[in-house]
Amino acid sequence: MANHTHVQNPKVDVQYRRKKNAEEMKHQIVSFTLMIFLTLIAFFAVGYEGFSAWFSVPFILLLAVVQVIFQLYYFMHMSHKGHELPALFLYGGALVAFVTIWAFLTIVWI
Amino acid sequence: MSTLARKKGVGAVIWDYLTTVDHKKIAILYLIAGGFFFLLGGLEAMIIRIQLAVPNNDFISAGFYNEVLTMHGTTMIFLAAMPLVFAMMNAVVPIQIGARDVAFPFLNALGFWLFFFGGVFLNLSWFLGGAPDAGWTSYASLSLASPTHGIDFYVLGLQISGFGTLIGGINFLVTIINMRAPGMTYMRMPMFTWATFVTSALILFAFPPLTVGLIFMMMDRLFGGNFFDPALGGNTIIWEHLFWIFGHPEVYILVLPAFGIFSEIFATFSRKRLFGYSSMVFATVLIGFLGFMVWAHHMFTVGMGPIANAIFAVATMAIAVPTGIKIFNWLFTMWGGSIRFTTPMIYAVAFIPSFVIGGVTGVMNATAAADYQYHDSYFVVAHFHYVIVGGVVFALLAGAHYWWPKMFGKMLDEKLGKVTFWLFFIGFHLTFFIQHFLGLMGMPRRVFTFLPGQGFETGNMISTVGAFFMAAGTVVLLANVVITTVKGKRVGNDPWEDGRTLEWAVSSPAPEYNFAQTPLVRGLDAYWIEKMEGKKGLTPAEPLGDIHMPNPSILPFVISLGLFVAAFGFLFHQDYAWGTPVGVVGLLITLGAMFFRSIIDDHGFHIHKEEVMEAEKKGAGA
Ligand code: HEM
Ligand SMILES: [Cu+2]
Repeated sequence: MANHTHVQNPKVDVQYRRKKNAEEMKHQIVSFTLMIFLTLIAFFAVGYEGFSAWFSVPFILLLAVVQVIFQLYYFMHMSHKGHELPALFLYGGALVAFVTIWAFLTIVWI
Repeated sequence: MSTLARKKGVGAVIWDYLTTVDHKKIAILYLIAGGFFFLLGGLEAMIIRIQLAVPNNDFISAGFYNEVLTMHGTTMIFLAAMPLVFAMMNAVVPIQIGARDVAFPFLNALGFWLFFFGGVFLNLSWFLGGAPDAGWTSYASLSLASPTHGIDFYVLGLQISGFGTLIGGINFLVTIINMRAPGMTYMRMPMFTWATFVTSALILFAFPPLTVGLIFMMMDRLFGGNFFDPALGGNTIIWEHLFWIFGHPEVYILVLPAFGIFSEIFATFSRKRLFGYSSMVFATVLIGFLGFMVWAHHMFTVGMGPIANAIFAVATMAIAVPTGIKIFNWLFTMWGGSIRFTTPMIYAVAFIPSFVIGGVTGVMNATAAADYQYHDSYFVVAHFHYVIVGGVVFALLAGAHYWWPKMFGKMLDEKLGKVTFWLFFIGFHLTFFIQHFLGLMGMPRRVFTFLPGQGFETGNMISTVGAFFMAAGTVVLLANVVITTVKGKRVGNDPWEDGRTLEWAVSSPAPEYNFAQTPLVRGLDAYWIEKMEGKKGLTPAEPLGDIHMPNPSILPFVISLGLFVAAFGFLFHQDYAWGTPVGVVGLLITLGAMFFRSIIDDHGFHIHKEEVMEAEKKGAGA
């Protein structure tokens, strides 16, 4: 749609864009490092005898959630403008799924 | 390719429709296919009612009754009501938001063909060893024990048509988010567009649970799984949950567009803007959200326990609040308006008391303790027909009359339209009102006959007579369609003269490109605003120029055909050696077509400015 296309102005402050990109790059590298680190921790948590499954399973799930957030916000650019609706649908879907599972765990029990 | 219909041979027309990606033609395809299945489901309803006209009847056997009953419900919900809703959405929504097309024209066509082949596949069960016979809900404890292939047809057929629905829903979401004309903010969207938006979101979230359930069922029935068989460690109740997590939102998927259609009709024929527009939007969204929190009200008697029953009962009753908001808004829209009782409008007026009756019995059903009495009796049958026929079918009939000129360029005859209405309206209440009492007197649902001397005779006879009234109404409607097609006069842009929304600003039917110039929307009821300022057309938002259009393609048809073939193969893979190879070939057809879709670089084509100008001059002129 005409009103959605970005106007590509060649004179748009190149320096500003460059700085922005560099910043983004930094975020990506930091979060990428963190993600690898978290993965290592996850492997360690499973491998380490001292942790019971009651600790390591929720722990890994928590790490997974963190990773999903990194993935969405730093690699799939959800932090940028114009992603409000995808975010709304994502959280809407997550909420519906959560309430459903929550109902099963608390009152229904199948 | 200009929009002006050149005389084409039959073959060319058929090829045109097989390959079309134009939302207006896809709407017609949905209308024809959905209409056909509606007649089929209606025929099945007549068979049921004839069987139940008198006690101890042997018009059909018990086993065949189960098949007819199951196919009636399944056909009506998945193959008649859903596609007819999609017909309305395709015909109207893109034009209402001032768009030239939907966001994914190819997917739109794919959605239709998947639905179509799924429906045909399901119905071929009649000829291939017997139809499904475990009710439209197909509860696992019944359906796993069903000896014929009927249930397998149900599972595979619904799986295929369900993909189509999901694709259609996603397409409308993206279309409404991305393709609105300049100035068409969310809070300026017509109510039917809002309803389509929320409905599509419900489809997006509700169909995956059904897909999962059907896959489990397919595994159990065809590939040696045991998700639902307690003897093998499965759990039969899981199916019920999955089915209703889908099933309850499904009823809102059907009824929200119905609300949307009526909102348009009330405003148009009261010659007033919709009362309480923003509360209508709010109510629609809230109903959509709450619709996901109440599925277990279908399972009060399963034994979930008092806490679960109580919570789900209260959650269900909460939905009555936004629904009530809507009812009052419609009443206030009419209040003080200068009302015209056209055919669509009398459906709309009749819808209010009919739907309220269905809503009241809904709250009665939601009262968990009382539901032990109503459950699986004719009371429930009466309830859901009041909401489905009194709500959805009335809306589809009203919408068909209302938008017929926009789809086909000719007005349906008003006199015959009113005859249809009265036959259908009287027949509907005759058929279903008495069933409340049959249910309270203890007549069970889904049983092929009843015994004399239990007080059920008169009620059932009345009910059957009513069904014949509805059948007569349908015949008059068909006659009306034929007469209009043959003899009807061409109409202009705004045949009801009181059109408020953008679809009434373009010619009837709309040109292939909908708008020669994308319009600038200056408020709610955009066309009405222009009319009130004495303007003929819309304010354009862009200069006249070449218009880019997508190319037609046969691939959606081929992709769907492949799944159809594959379903046959896998359905028979335990009986015949050819089963598995045929299944694999079908999948290869589908994957091959998808492969071609990916590698062919299809840039579409342009309708040139001169052609547009010429078409606009010859057409009614937008
Ligand atoms: C128009 C005339 C119609 C008539 C005369 C009719 C009649 C019936 C009858 C007699 C039953 C069987 C009830 C039982 O024994 O449990 C039934 C079931 C059902 N009908 Fe209709 N019906 C009509 C329209 C519709 C429509 C338009 C829909 C949906 C869009 C619909 C959906 C259903 C469903 C879901 C069932 C339940 C099937 C089952 O128990 O598995 N019906 N109908
Ligand atoms: Cu429900």
